[in-house]
Amino acid sequence: MNPLVAFLLVAAMLFAIGLAGALVRRNAILVLIGIELMLNAANLNLIAFWRYGPHPEALTGMLFAIFSIAVAAAEAAVGLGLVIAIHRHTGTTNLDQMNGMKG
Amino acid sequence: MAANLDQIFILLRDWLVSFLPALLRPAAGVVLGVVAIVCVFPALFALTTVFERKGLARIQNRLGPNRVGPFGLLQPMADGVKSLTKEDIVPSSANAGVHFLAPLVLVVAVFMGFAVLPMGRNMVLVDMDAGLLFFFAMSASSELAVFMAGWSSRNKYSLLGAMRAVAQMISYEVVLLLSSVSVVMIAGSLSLTKIVAAQNVYSGGLPHWYIFTPWGLASFVMYAIATTAETNRSPFDLPEGESELVAGYHTEYSGFKFALFFLGEYLAMFSISGLGVTLFLGGWSAPCSGLEWVPSWIWFFGKMMLSIFVFIWMRGTLPRLRQDQLMNFAWKFILPLTLLDLFVTALWRFMGEGWLRWVVSTAILVAAYVLLGRAEMRKKHYGPRSYRYAE
Amino acid sequence: MSPVFYILAVLTLGGALAAVLLKPLVHCALATTVAFAGLALLYLELDAQFAGFVQILVYIGAVAILLVFAILLTHGSEPPRKGAFNRTWIAGAVIAAAVFAVLGWAVVRSAAALPLQAAAPVVTVREIGFALMGRYVLPLEIAGLLFTVATIGAVIVAMHEKEGAK
Repeated sequence: MNPLVAFLLVAAMLFAIGLAGALVRRNAILVLIGIELMLNAANLNLIAFWRYGPHPEALTGMLFAIFSIAVAAAEAAVGLGLVIAIHRHTGTTNLDQMNGMKG
Repeated sequence: MAANLDQIFILLRDWLVSFLPALLRPAAGVVLGVVAIVCVFPALFALTTVFERKGLARIQNRLGPNRVGPFGLLQPMADGVKSLTKEDIVPSSANAGVHFLAPLVLVVAVFMGFAVLPMGRNMVLVDMDAGLLFFFAMSASSELAVFMAGWSSRNKYSLLGAMRAVAQMISYEVVLLLSSVSVVMIAGSLSLTKIVAAQNVYSGGLPHWYIFTPWGLASFVMYAIATTAETNRSPFDLPEGESELVAGYHTEYSGFKFALFFLGEYLAMFSISGLGVTLFLGGWSAPCSGLEWVPSWIWFFGKMMLSIFVFIWMRGTLPRLRQDQLMNFAWKFILPLTLLDLFVTALWRFMGEGWLRWVVSTAILVAAYVLLGRAEMRKKHYGPRSYRYAE
Repeated sequence: MSPVFYILAVLTLGGALAAVLLKPLVHCALATTVAFAGLALLYLELDAQFAGFVQILVYIGAVAILLVFAILLTHGSEPPRKGAFNRTWIAGAVIAAAVFAVLGWAVVRSAAALPLQAAAPVVTVREIGFALMGRYVLPLEIAGLLFTVATIGAVIVAMHEKEGAK
């Protein structure tokens, strides 16, 4: 099999799993995990294209992935901070119960 | 002769490998290196435990272990046999799988760090271009093992100990990384062999170790504090504070698994002191140009054991901190100083040769230390110490 | 493809699946860690050494720890009272499957146009450093700013609310 195709298929599968996680779970933290998995799938794509692309010496794909890792870390910190704040306020992390807009 | 002695392990490896067919030689060389690391450091661990107990006993005016073997030197053998033959207890409500995996993950992650440490001239298992990054990645993975141990035991002391340990390790890891970055800025490389090579230069008989510069000394002090916290050693051993938490995250471990945690803790101490030696104390290079005939690995292991001795000395001397003191110290005092130290390092890099950069960087660092220390202390009102007893 | 690739792909996808399907939240977080580790190894397999180590350092060293901390701080280690999946889980699963079908179809259909083999690029950390400080210095600075904002934001959001203030 073409190696690039194999990596892209793994990334697509990972993206779908992450999407499923974000869509079907009740818990806010697991939704965040799903989003992280999707971001990781995108990173895998970027690095695979960098590796098999025409200009690997330009480093564009790999540095894009590294920036994306950095942004994802910041996103996780803020997202989990929000989850903790909401839990403190309403006593739940269940997304089905977070349906009020007034504090 | 001296050169041969210096390279004796490399020559030994090449000689052993030469018996194999050419196809297998590179792999066999790596395997031999791994075997050497896996044998040498646990042996050193066994020796260190007995020296630690002897040294602490000396500090506390006792004798220490003196029954097994001459001067109690065979004590680790007795301890090992005891921990191997003890029953391996898994609490009934514990999460057996995670409980089993935690010590393994810890020991594996810690062992991986040794792969990039240059322990002598040409004596490095993998000369990676991003060696320092690899080392920190591995030491970061061991945090998760601590959490797994604490959480899977289903014991409030374990969980509290693990939470403390992870919070402390995360906080001080920031300091650890930033204080190493200053060395990377000057050496211009993440490869540990290149960092050692940059320090293995002598002028007037004195080496160019990074500790002998103002920014290097500041980084080294902060690195040393961070390593003490990172390896959960006294005075930062809150995760294992026996008066509060029984034994912290490994309360529910017994027998061989407990021995693995013990081993992991000491191996982490070895690897992180080895890294400190590599970054700031010139790695395997000799302390002055006249002593270069001494084999390089003697210098590396000597420096490493010296820093282990300092760890033991601090454990015998300093009292334990409180959790809020520990966190405030990391985030409000050490972290600003590390960031300033990075600035000073950049200044040092671009001010060129000459005495001016010594004066300027020393002045900035000392002024920042004094001002920040004063500002921190002003908020605290120390009266006569008062004691409160449980009523 | 080498057997190493298949092992790593199974490890990564298995970890991700377990993270999505398992009931106890801490197990989900640990399974996510397995997926992250598998991805880091896949990066190494793709000769992106630097990215692989950064992945381990950031995801296993920081994000996974943040996840387990958040789970413990929100009492997530207790078993959930209701089911783990929400009411519309069938719709979610169908959407995810459809997305995978579309992506997989697109990849397989365009396989002929994709480059087949490429020599492994040799990238030194030095080149990455020069690229970061030269061509990509603006993204780097923006990322630094983002980190500062995110740190302050996370601290303020997660800080205790003052008594009485609402």
